[in-house]
Amino acid sequence: MPVHVPSSSPDTASNGLALRRRDLVRLLGGLGAGAAFGLLPHPASATPARVKTSAKIVIAGAGAAGLAAASRLADRLDGATITLIDERRPHYYQPGFTLIAAGLKPPSYSISTTKDYVARGVDLIEERVAEFDPDGKKVVTSTGRAVPYDYLIVATGLVLDYAAIAGMDTALIGKDGIGSVYAGPDAAHATYLEMARFVEKGGVGLFGRPATEMKCAGAPLKYTFITDDLLRKQNTRAKAELIYTAQNKVLFSVPIVSEKVRMLYADRGVKVNYEHILTAIDPGRKIATYKTPTGSAELKYDFIAVVPPMRAPEPVRNSPLKWQEGPFAADGWMEVDRATLRHRRYPNVFGVGDVAGVPKGKTAASVKWQVPVAVDHLIASIEGKTSKEVYNGYTSCPLITRIGRAMLVEFDYNDNLVPSFPGIIAPLEELWVTWVMKETALRPTYIAMLRGNA
Amino acid sequence: MKELDPMVFVAVLQEMLGAWFWLIVAIAVIGLVGLIAVIIRDRRIVHRPLVYAEIAGVIGGFAAIFIMQAVTHSTMADIGGPIDWVLGLVVWAVGAVGTTVLAYLILRAAVRRLA
Repeated sequence: MPVHVPSSSPDTASNGLALRRRDLVRLLGGLGAGAAFGLLPHPASATPARVKTSAKIVIAGAGAAGLAAASRLADRLDGATITLIDERRPHYYQPGFTLIAAGLKPPSYSISTTKDYVARGVDLIEERVAEFDPDGKKVVTSTGRAVPYDYLIVATGLVLDYAAIAGMDTALIGKDGIGSVYAGPDAAHATYLEMARFVEKGGVGLFGRPATEMKCAGAPLKYTFITDDLLRKQNTRAKAELIYTAQNKVLFSVPIVSEKVRMLYADRGVKVNYEHILTAIDPGRKIATYKTPTGSAELKYDFIAVVPPMRAPEPVRNSPLKWQEGPFAADGWMEVDRATLRHRRYPNVFGVGDVAGVPKGKTAASVKWQVPVAVDHLIASIEGKTSKEVYNGYTSCPLITRIGRAMLVEFDYNDNLVPSFPGIIAPLEELWVTWVMKETALRPTYIAMLRGNA
Repeated sequence: MKELDPMVFVAVLQEMLGAWFWLIVAIAVIGLVGLIAVIIRDRRIVHRPLVYAEIAGVIGGFAAIFIMQAVTHSTMADIGGPIDWVLGLVVWAVGAVGTTVLAYLILRAAVRRLA
């Protein structure tokens, strides 16, 4: 398990018994209630008495991380002013986009309303954050309203930079063989329709990922597997060539997972072009242009799943909150301590979710483990104490290898595999149980997380 | 890993099943209470309806697997490692036990002439 914290439960008195019971609960949880997308339940509120405070806490962004943080803070604090700021009213369950793009779920599967998850006692300002002023301890919204804070949690997510690919536009998604799973539930559905046409007719299918940090680096790999599976089920695999373009020399940042995927791609007949970064797309001629170490390369396609470069949102990029140097500076990711998610220069500021400038993990599973750590440190600061909570980089990816099977890949900052069910669910094995968890248990666990219950 | 809170599982199950959650809980409670009631009333388990109930249970087990696979867009061909067989058996057992209990209850409570 990612975070080992000494337990105060009487169970630990007889360690053997405690372990057995824990394994049993894990197994039941995994099979029944679906503990896995990080996914053993993170016990929220088996915590001490509520902390009385008059602190003003602002949470910028009401996505997965912002909502989960608000729920936990509301649960643990008494008297605090907690304000969420986000202009977007629908809430998107993004891990569902892959299933929509596989044709298994309708767009409505991923759509709900932000307000449904705003915890009682939390104020929601439906405006966009325009500016962060950490020196003046305030944020300014799109209407010019200044919102002062004692503590700030930045959970703005990231922006999809489609414009960075010459010729690409979100309006092209769903036309002439162009798909993109990331742009939203409707785009994911439009991508499915294009992919289904490709599955019928065959041709060249291009997949890949950007050179920037990205949400769920497993998603483009999964989508390649899913397309291969649908081609086989339609008996059209022979008419199609699938090419995965990796941005560097590996398929996944965790070496052991990269190797496994390399073997599976070899088995499925997916060709891999390493060190190919998508720079331009010509929808008319159906040609994608890539930057490679030996110059630019063109590939003709009949279907392409575009994954755009991803960066921190502009207000973060333009603020002192971003990394000033190092690998996360160029795209403006927030300069937070990787273990506590606390800003390295502004101790009353935290960054959680996609916007955090930490290695690995822009996933809901990361959020699930980051938020409780950041919240605990924030509350400890209010109390004048220090928290011992540590986020070890845990993230998880149910890597679908065909419709009906997936590998439960879980890892940390150090590229270690950290399986939730060691000896029970093998991390690099294609399993039905993992697929069942992905399809039935993930969204409920995610929603329970938004409410601060998981 | 910190201590696990059973309420987390309840929370996740509730999110998973929505309104079905309470319906299933109600059926399970009615089934169990009813079973205990008819056993106390009969002062024994009556053999013939039990056999019928067990036959229904076997079918119910397979129905549970069928429903599970239909809901998850998967087939028997997706069974991979040993844990998948365990999951299949657990699903079968849950379906079988549930159907057996309910069938026995219905036979003893509603169709008395079979006794």
